[in-house]
Amino acid sequence: MKLTLLLMLQTLRIAIPYLFAASGGVLAERAGIVSLTLEGFMLAGAFCATLGSFYFGNPWAGVLMGLLGGCLFGALHAVATIRFKADQIVSAVAINLMVVGLTRFFLRLAFDSSSNSPRVAGFGRDGNAGALATFENPLIWLGVIVMPALAWVITRTRFGLRVRAVGEKPEAAATLGVSVSRIRYRAVIASGALAALGGCYLALDQHQFTDQMTAGRGFIALAAVIVGRWMPIRAGIACLLFAFAEAMQIQVQGAGVLPSQFVSMIPYVLTLVALAGLVGRAVPPAALGRVEG
Amino acid sequence: MRERADQGVSRAAGRGAGSAAVAPAVRMSGVCKFFGPVQANSEASLEVQAGEIHAVVGENGAGKSTLLRVLAGLYAPDGGTVEVFGRDVTGWSTSDAIAAGVGMVHQHFMLVPTLTVAENVVLGREPMSGLTYDRATAESRLETLSRESGLACVPSRLVSELSVGEAQRVEILKTLYRGATLLILDEPAAVLSPPEVDELWRVLRTVRDAGATIVLVTHKLDELMEVTDRITVMRHGKTVMRLRTSETTPAAIATAMVGRAVRLDANGMPVGADAAALGLAASTDEDAGAADDHGAELDGASVSEAWTAILDAGAPPDEMIVSSARNRITRSAPAAIISAPTPTYADVPRLRITALTVPGPRSPRAVGALSLSIAPGEILGLAGVEGNGQTELIEAIAGLRATTSGTITVDGTDVTRYSIGKRLALGITHIPEDRQTRGLVLDYSIADNLILGRQTHFSRSGRIDRARTLAFAEDRIKAFDIRPADPNALARSLSGGNQQKIVVAREMPADFRVLLAAQPTRGVDVGAIEFIHDQLRAARCAGKAILLVSAELHEILALSDRVAVMYRGRIVTILPRAAASEDVLGPFMTGAAS
Repeated sequence: MKLTLLLMLQTLRIAIPYLFAASGGVLAERAGIVSLTLEGFMLAGAFCATLGSFYFGNPWAGVLMGLLGGCLFGALHAVATIRFKADQIVSAVAINLMVVGLTRFFLRLAFDSSSNSPRVAGFGRDGNAGALATFENPLIWLGVIVMPALAWVITRTRFGLRVRAVGEKPEAAATLGVSVSRIRYRAVIASGALAALGGCYLALDQHQFTDQMTAGRGFIALAAVIVGRWMPIRAGIACLLFAFAEAMQIQVQGAGVLPSQFVSMIPYVLTLVALAGLVGRAVPPAALGRVEG
Repeated sequence: MRERADQGVSRAAGRGAGSAAVAPAVRMSGVCKFFGPVQANSEASLEVQAGEIHAVVGENGAGKSTLLRVLAGLYAPDGGTVEVFGRDVTGWSTSDAIAAGVGMVHQHFMLVPTLTVAENVVLGREPMSGLTYDRATAESRLETLSRESGLACVPSRLVSELSVGEAQRVEILKTLYRGATLLILDEPAAVLSPPEVDELWRVLRTVRDAGATIVLVTHKLDELMEVTDRITVMRHGKTVMRLRTSETTPAAIATAMVGRAVRLDANGMPVGADAAALGLAASTDEDAGAADDHGAELDGASVSEAWTAILDAGAPPDEMIVSSARNRITRSAPAAIISAPTPTYADVPRLRITALTVPGPRSPRAVGALSLSIAPGEILGLAGVEGNGQTELIEAIAGLRATTSGTITVDGTDVTRYSIGKRLALGITHIPEDRQTRGLVLDYSIADNLILGRQTHFSRSGRIDRARTLAFAEDRIKAFDIRPADPNALARSLSGGNQQKIVVAREMPADFRVLLAAQPTRGVDVGAIEFIHDQLRAARCAGKAILLVSAELHEILALSDRVAVMYRGRIVTILPRAAASEDVLGPFMTGAAS
């Protein structure tokens, strides 16, 4: 019983960064821009949050800085792909690599370290404070509601309606006087902010930044977007599923029945299996990744 | 011709003067538009009276769409003036045009398939309640609009579930929702089935009667005679004639369009020169009619005598049969009896399909246990509303789509398991229904497109023989009158009609056996239709078997020896041409008869 509860709490805790990043992914992809950038946005968010918290001594200042960082790189991706019509995948890869390099550079510059920042003010008690301490982190609650909120935005608001239109048939929206670029700029910048929140959560939960601390979570979040067929609630469920696999892995790791390297693979193998099998023929937004005229 | 044109314009101008108080809905004059070095419009003009349905006709590349796009604000003209309801609006934007009540229905629908009908209609002008889009208001407004305009629709349905005709209604509703009083439609009938076309004309009349003005581009000369009030004819970017529909004929319009006489049958379809010259236009309306007219002069005995004479003579030269038969019967004997290559159904069929079942994207039985056969020298026309399995059937025969059961044989050879290449080598060729995605590589030259799929014949140890390819291309370009006559021109730069001619030229080499012709003249101009029909008739005379699929019943009736109707993956009836007519086929196409 206690183990089950622990597993559930752990699942939730692991799922939060996925939920933030995947919500950003759903938003940008529904508007027609490929979200291979989630990893970079998250890492940028994590670093900026650490920086903000370090200098202002307040985790909320960190969150604010993280959001700004996400918006900045979101805007960069948007300008490259919308204004300059760059290939979205190439731009995304460039941004991901650039963020890795930049965070290392500024890690050295600000904290004189090549691996991690010093401890900073974060959410929850510093150190290993038990499972229930998880809920002292206010970002958890935000993470729990982010997908339902996004679902509401996409299906109920004017912005959401237009996002869906420009992601499926931009020329139709354009002939009706809807600015495709403007909608996409907003969606991609917001996706940067959302994914960065995932990074903020990671950094502020651990009270420090470590080099490449996102460790591929952005890509797993993107997989969740696809497994969830670009629908927020389904993508959220996929995030929880992947997080559950990771929580399981931690438990099994503890039991020591399998070589740890294989156990570590579980979440990733599950991602592959889910992408290949569960999804079947998922139909992405029709204009996804298409460079306009 | 020149005289006629002047007459037409001056007559219309005369009438215009009578109602000089009212500004015309549209007055475009001296409009020029360049795309790089290409001049799409040169000094083109258009005058449309308020409250009329006005057709703009012309060959492909005549500049009709460009002119209307200038009117709708999609292009700024390089010269000339545009007035709408008396106001100079030259060079306005689409949003200006929408605000001024000018709405355009594009040839390729501008609808978001994953949104509902109501969402598509209100997009960009969504009713709001607080922070959210007000779905209920949007749907109720649309219902009101739908009731008032007589355009039926279900606001909550997804656009992806709609038929082409329904989608077009949504497009028209979109313009009406934005208060359009001037509707511009670019080839609205090109994608519709005959019942849907009738519905479209009904809708346009309703919209006009409610006070709107309608300008449309169309290729369907016979139909525009019924619905339009005036017609503007364009050729080579210029306006050559404007006339009252009631005072002209399809033949006169066609002549003005191409600048030379075009023969049209009763349905406004061009009749092939070769067919007439060879005396083989057996199944066109004219000849069928002639046969009926003279039927009374022939009694049964003299017909069978004629047949006896033909059979007794063994294998005499054709000339002899003709002359002897003509001596015995009357001079106007039915051409069908005399001309030799009329299909004889006793022959082994060239193409035989037995109990063929083909899965489609939406149904595991898009084609369900279908059987048919086509004799050498026969055109079998496959009529039916689009989406009843015609595409899947054609693709299965061509080898593009896997079958689940049944067989396909060509001259007795079972090709059901053959690869596409092997089928091609055996002589099965295919004019695909969408030339831009399946028929051509748009960024290849004409020459390269002409050898697509046959490139091994033009290569030596893996290298394509440029000289031979070019020589071949020049020959084909000449034979099929492809313009521009430059083998190195990119297919993309050609007009629709000339693109289609490339496909036809490639798919009709001398040695093919079976031709699958899917919508062979879709969206091409009258001159090219005439030419392609001539090619099909000539192939029939040469003993080829042709399966013709067309959304145009007229085309099927003009070319086919037999007409089959496909409905929900099955053939519901096969009729000899003489027994088929639009009235007879219609109920089969909609499933009302079986």
